[in-house]
Amino acid sequence: MARQQAEAVANPAATGRETVFQTRGVTKVYVMGEVKIHALRGVDLALFAGELMVLLGPSGCGKSTLLNILGGLDTPTAGTVTYRDQELTRADERTLTRYRRHEVGFVFQAYNMIPSLTARENVAIVTEIARDPMTPEEALELVGLGDRMDHFPSQLSGGQQQRVAIARAIAKRPAVLLCDEPTGALDSTTSAGVLEAIESINRTLKTTTALITHNEVIGEMADRVVRMSDGKVVDERRPERRLTPRELEW
Amino acid sequence: MRALHRKLFRDLAAMKGQAAAIAVVVAAGVTMLIVFATTHDALTLTQERFYQDQRFAEVFADLKRAPNRVGERLRTIPGVNQVETRVVAPLRLEVPGFEDPVRGLAVSLPEHREPMVNRVFVREGRLPEPGRTDAVAVSEVFAEAHGLGPGDTLRAIIRGRLETLTITAIVLSPEFVYQIGPGDLVPDYERFGVVWMRERALAKAFAMDGAFNSVVLNLQVGADAEAVVEALDQILAPYGGVGAYPRSDQVSHRILEDELQQVRVMATVLPAIFLGVAAFLLHVLMGRIIRMQREQIAVLKAFGHSLIEIAGHYLMLTGLIVTLGAVLGVGVGAWLADLLAGVYMEYYRFPEVRFRLQPWVVAVAVLVAAGASLLGAVGAVRAAVALPPAEAMRPPLPERFKPGLLERTAWWRQLSQPTRIILRNLSRHPLKAILSVTGIALAGALLLLGSQLFKAMEQMVDVQYRLVLLMDTHLSFTDPTPERAAREVLHLPGVRYAEGYRSVPVRLSNGFREYQTSLLGMELDSRLRGIIDRDHRPVSLPAEGLLLTDYLAEYLGLLPGDRVRIEIMEGRRRSVILPLAGTVAEPIGVSAYMERRAVNRLMGEGPALTGVWLLTEPADRPALFRELRDLARVMGIGLIDDAEAGFREMIDSTLLAFMTIVLALSVSLAFAVIYNNARITLAERSRELATLRVLGLTRAEVSWILIGEIGLLTLLAIPPGWLLGIAFAYGLNQAMAVDMYRIPFVITSWTIAFSAAGVLLASALSLLVTTRRLLRIDLVSALKTGE
Repeated sequence: MARQQAEAVANPAATGRETVFQTRGVTKVYVMGEVKIHALRGVDLALFAGELMVLLGPSGCGKSTLLNILGGLDTPTAGTVTYRDQELTRADERTLTRYRRHEVGFVFQAYNMIPSLTARENVAIVTEIARDPMTPEEALELVGLGDRMDHFPSQLSGGQQQRVAIARAIAKRPAVLLCDEPTGALDSTTSAGVLEAIESINRTLKTTTALITHNEVIGEMADRVVRMSDGKVVDERRPERRLTPRELEW
Repeated sequence: MRALHRKLFRDLAAMKGQAAAIAVVVAAGVTMLIVFATTHDALTLTQERFYQDQRFAEVFADLKRAPNRVGERLRTIPGVNQVETRVVAPLRLEVPGFEDPVRGLAVSLPEHREPMVNRVFVREGRLPEPGRTDAVAVSEVFAEAHGLGPGDTLRAIIRGRLETLTITAIVLSPEFVYQIGPGDLVPDYERFGVVWMRERALAKAFAMDGAFNSVVLNLQVGADAEAVVEALDQILAPYGGVGAYPRSDQVSHRILEDELQQVRVMATVLPAIFLGVAAFLLHVLMGRIIRMQREQIAVLKAFGHSLIEIAGHYLMLTGLIVTLGAVLGVGVGAWLADLLAGVYMEYYRFPEVRFRLQPWVVAVAVLVAAGASLLGAVGAVRAAVALPPAEAMRPPLPERFKPGLLERTAWWRQLSQPTRIILRNLSRHPLKAILSVTGIALAGALLLLGSQLFKAMEQMVDVQYRLVLLMDTHLSFTDPTPERAAREVLHLPGVRYAEGYRSVPVRLSNGFREYQTSLLGMELDSRLRGIIDRDHRPVSLPAEGLLLTDYLAEYLGLLPGDRVRIEIMEGRRRSVILPLAGTVAEPIGVSAYMERRAVNRLMGEGPALTGVWLLTEPADRPALFRELRDLARVMGIGLIDDAEAGFREMIDSTLLAFMTIVLALSVSLAFAVIYNNARITLAERSRELATLRVLGLTRAEVSWILIGEIGLLTLLAIPPGWLLGIAFAYGLNQAMAVDMYRIPFVITSWTIAFSAAGVLLASALSLLVTTRRLLRIDLVSALKTGE
């Protein structure tokens, strides 16, 4: 049974799972004055519907650049990125805004709360412009913050703020959830709470999730772990079993 | 170069837009002080030197005729230094090729020497040789107006005889720095000229051989001018003296002083306002800019830079911007002051302008601007270095917000999140919001101040020429003339209506306050000369007593019902006491008014006139002037349209030239402030705005937060801007009232709209530039933890 599952996961195409993202030969070169920095050197990667992928690598390996490109925040220097049938690399600013607005949920290391809005309002700012959102209250209940809805960011701990950020990201029922070092600024106990929220969203809502981290341990909760180094994908593996965040050993 | 210094220049380059805008604020304040203080200094200095070099008289007296030996007695008056007796006579001039009538004033020069008092400055040619009867020196402005030079000729009608005079010199005189014809408000260089002739020739022409009718004298140091005036009056009374007067009452001097007074007021009030506003803005702007660099300051501290080094770094940054602005301000200020002094010299004639840039003016201007900016910088640097480096380097903690009262209302729930962001940001930082609003309001206030005077001047001239001076032509007679003259001129070509008046020179006094002016006797229901009250309603002449211009009544400390002492400076020089029946509010000139026959009775004469006001057919005017020129009794002919045009031109090129500068500086200051405000707001919000873009908000939705915040601040700033501007304008207006004219304090809807529109336009343009910057914002950078 376990073996069957492992096989199916090893060959997702065989399971009929849809490919959400497909990148081909993606490179990114930053020109800083006279120096060229190769952030990505030809990345070929697919992300499949409903999976939780963890992107591991040391800082500076290009994982954030890749995530930003997938999220429509940045464009590659060469190569193509396809989201479902749409080629993101050819999209204009309007299309990218629409894409971010309706398809993608972001979670960042720095939370990026709007300090002048309460938890509820920080979520509402997204639900107000989404097509078929859940209510801010529902989203906050999902991350376990039903009792903190009218608190301002300054009244919330870092972990709570990050959970608001997750609620804000998923309230629009996005097709993909992109998380960039969501626990980077948190201690392990708090981190577990945040990762639980992400894991539970992925499990219950089937939201395709890509999570960036440099923490090897977090890889254990993934369907698939992709390791990057120096702008390239160097390894890809599927853990035998997805651990729950509580089971992770920090 | 040290790395810290390199950072200084890079920072400056990176914020060049804002730095330039701040430099403009500094420059505006500095320019303002330099323009006014330097122009004022140039005029005062030039005046002083010219008066000194030409030995300008300190006391003047006119009389009918006194034998020359009386002059000897004048020299013995205690306190008198030098005395010059002379002949001064009105005459009519004809300039070849010029149709209009020209009035002239001939002044005698001692036969064989230079005058000891009131010397003339020879610009070109040589003074008439002694003994010559057909040679004259003419005033420069008159010569210029007609393109005359030495060797050219003029014709003069002296006591009815036509004489041809040859010009030998073009001259300037301290007595006619402002050359204005009797009864005129503004100079008309084409139709009024001053000529100088040798004494013997002039005396002979006017039957004044061995006699004089004018005295000018200088005082010993410390002498009492009043006592000398009294002694002169006593000695000259038997010879038809019409009252000696000190220099302060001399027409040219008084007008020049009025003008200087106005410039002095502007030189005090305007730079104070401008430098004050600039200082305030610099303080706020520099503070906010440095607060944005909090993390950099922490890094520098972490590297081990000392407090002094860090403070020095930011003070140098501030200092560079201030220096830039100061250099710009001094340059533009000096250039404009030079330009303005030149304009003034068109109206006030001196041999040369003594122009200098006074170090103290530059120093004061620069110190105020630099002090204010550095103060703003110091406060912000102090706050930044107070933080432990580790704390300052961490991304700033989310600011504390608390739900306010607003949020309990149903209205609040209708608001979109971006709108809530705007309102919370403003209410979270009420002090910052208030400072921003104050800055924008001050900009609006300056716009109102700068534009108010234009409309006020227009209204002033309109009132004078549409409601007060209703005639189109004005004749003055050489002597009092029987009243039938008013009926006789009706037969002249093109005259539709005529009304006579009697004008008498008087000295009005109340206690020790006195004022020389003319008493105008006019018809009871005059159709050609309006007298109006403050609300422009006609005032009727009283059966008893006299009316005074309100400014004059106030000057003399008189209220209606009080008694005024009137000394008649003509004929038998009687003194009478009359009640003040009321006041008149004409904006230009100061006068006393009575019914004409009452003036005749006061003078102990029959019904007589000294002039006639006319309504004429424009087409017939050349014919009319030809006939009038042949009438020996007609001393002067004035066209009201010309006078109005002349007055408007003078106001335009002097006062309004100043105000144009004020307005231009106001506009640049307003733009600089509002632009900076928008830029700083953008910098403070950029992370938040980028996050919202990442979350999928469109450019328009994100721009709204910036536009909404600045727009709201701008709208909030407009009404206080009006109030402040009205207060500034009122202060300036009160300080600028002079004898010659009183500028009405009018705030029209135009002025109000101008101020608001200027602020809105500045905001719109600033937002246009800033939102373009917002749209280029790097989304990825917002997600990073550090800056």
